[in-house]
Amino acid sequence: MSTRIPLPYSPKVLEIFRNPRNLGPMEDATVVESAGSPACGDMIKLYLKVGEGDVIERATFESYGCAANIAAASILTEMVKGKSLREAWQISWKQLSDELGGLPPIKYHCSILAVGALKRAIRAYYGAKGEKPEWLPEAMTPEERQVLEEEEMIERYYRALGRLGGAQGEGGSA
Amino acid sequence: MSVAAKLRELLREHGQPPREVYFDLENSGWVPPEVVEAMLPYFNARGYGHPSITHKPGWEALEVLYEAKELVARTLGARNIEEIAFTHSGTEANNLAVLGYLLANRERRGKVVVSAVEHLSVIFPAEFAAKLFGFKVVRVPVDGEGFVDPEVLKSYVDRETVLVSVQAVNHEIGTVQPLKELVDTVKVANPDAVFHTDAADAYGWVNLDVEKLGVDMLTVSGHKVHGPRGVGALYAREGVKLEPPLRGQLSAEKLWPGVENVPLIAGFKRAVELQFENMERNVSYVKGLRDKLIDGVLARVPHVLVNGPLGERRTPNNANLSFLYVEGEALTVELSMRGIYVSSGSACSSRILEPSHVLLAIGRKHEEAHGSILFKLSRYHKPEDIDYALEEIPKAVARLRAISSLAPGQVAPT
Repeated sequence: MSTRIPLPYSPKVLEIFRNPRNLGPMEDATVVESAGSPACGDMIKLYLKVGEGDVIERATFESYGCAANIAAASILTEMVKGKSLREAWQISWKQLSDELGGLPPIKYHCSILAVGALKRAIRAYYGAKGEKPEWLPEAMTPEERQVLEEEEMIERYYRALGRLGGAQGEGGSA
Repeated sequence: MSVAAKLRELLREHGQPPREVYFDLENSGWVPPEVVEAMLPYFNARGYGHPSITHKPGWEALEVLYEAKELVARTLGARNIEEIAFTHSGTEANNLAVLGYLLANRERRGKVVVSAVEHLSVIFPAEFAAKLFGFKVVRVPVDGEGFVDPEVLKSYVDRETVLVSVQAVNHEIGTVQPLKELVDTVKVANPDAVFHTDAADAYGWVNLDVEKLGVDMLTVSGHKVHGPRGVGALYAREGVKLEPPLRGQLSAEKLWPGVENVPLIAGFKRAVELQFENMERNVSYVKGLRDKLIDGVLARVPHVLVNGPLGERRTPNNANLSFLYVEGEALTVELSMRGIYVSSGSACSSRILEPSHVLLAIGRKHEEAHGSILFKLSRYHKPEDIDYALEEIPKAVARLRAISSLAPGQVAPT
């Protein structure tokens, strides 16, 4: 097995993992965005229903990932409900992690992934509307950058593997 | 909140499942009462002394240490009990073999050949020695079931090769290597190359005879035979030059410093006796449980891959399955709340974003490796334990698949 590290999850992570809120696809979603990839081992798909005044009326999620990933996505859907997109934009991965009772450092990326998906969804919403609010920065936030890096890392791995001609070789081992 | 306080609350939230089945014998395990009983006197009634000191409690310690060596030597067909050295774990025994041999032969430099699916306690010491002394480490690829092809191995062994290490049975996917053929191949290609095998997962499950196999070094581990954690042993053929990688006071063990774990060695000895008692019957019983588990899961859960070979070429106590569209760490947590304890080769429990190197080496894609679950069985499991697992696994997988953003059709299964 790979290098193992202890994961003292907070009881909150376990509680939400057991009973996730706002689960499943949303048929009348205004915007749907995802972050992560199956190859990375974690992926969050976020559905937002945005109403008048750019306020998030409802949010739901689907998650392929570890227990912390599922809990992070679930708690995010609760945190954004009733917030304007501008307010939701301010949520940082650290705040999300704190809401979960503090994630172990190795699991910070679960919180980053959830916030990354949210930021992508907010950008996609304004992109579709052809609007550009002054508070929305051009430059990517740290969360968006990190998500993109993770996704690109795994793509590079498979491109390199393709060049080597398959996983069954020296290139395939850790 | 302190880590310990957090864990207390986590365990309270987890709760006590109505029924418990422990399948994570790969990583650690419970110790049967007979083995605990065998250890207890050595904590405070006898043999609690240092085995190298000239007093009664010391001689009692030395006595049980040598009884254990005799037993391990006998079960391995070793000629000389001095060829058995105890360490404080299987990882340490592998380090003693690989690092100890390369340390003693550092002026030869040359090539170290390991299979791509070795335990990390073989791969990492080899790479460490490469960094320290300039050896070259090459990893031999395996086929889709984890086998090292003797012909392929032959192409990796040359005059420069000083050490070859291929395990007897893979710890994750249960592949039983054609060890005798592999040893013969290496010895023909280069008679001076030393052959080490990590037999931690083979010991007590498949027949091992160091003389018939022709291996030069062989590792066994305590907790893999229901012994306590904290004991491992290395067989090293007389004449194989080793240098202790750790420095300190050497005593009865001439290759590993520190006071010998005498109570644990006494427990290990009892565990080995039990493992080898009725070995044939146990092997066929556990094989039955393994096939009941694998066949049962495949019949009840769609989109499952079996990792490693099936039938006689798989070790009796190993089942490794990939549940597509779910992530393995989440599945270990979900199964834990249902009282089923397993481990996963997913990346989520690793420091780097890499799933099990064994699963990648057999050609599994990342998403297939992320959904892998390892079950290890023993003679202590009952058919009812498998029935309970077969009831709970489909429910656990179904719940996580309902949460999952991946579904059949969205991602092409392989």
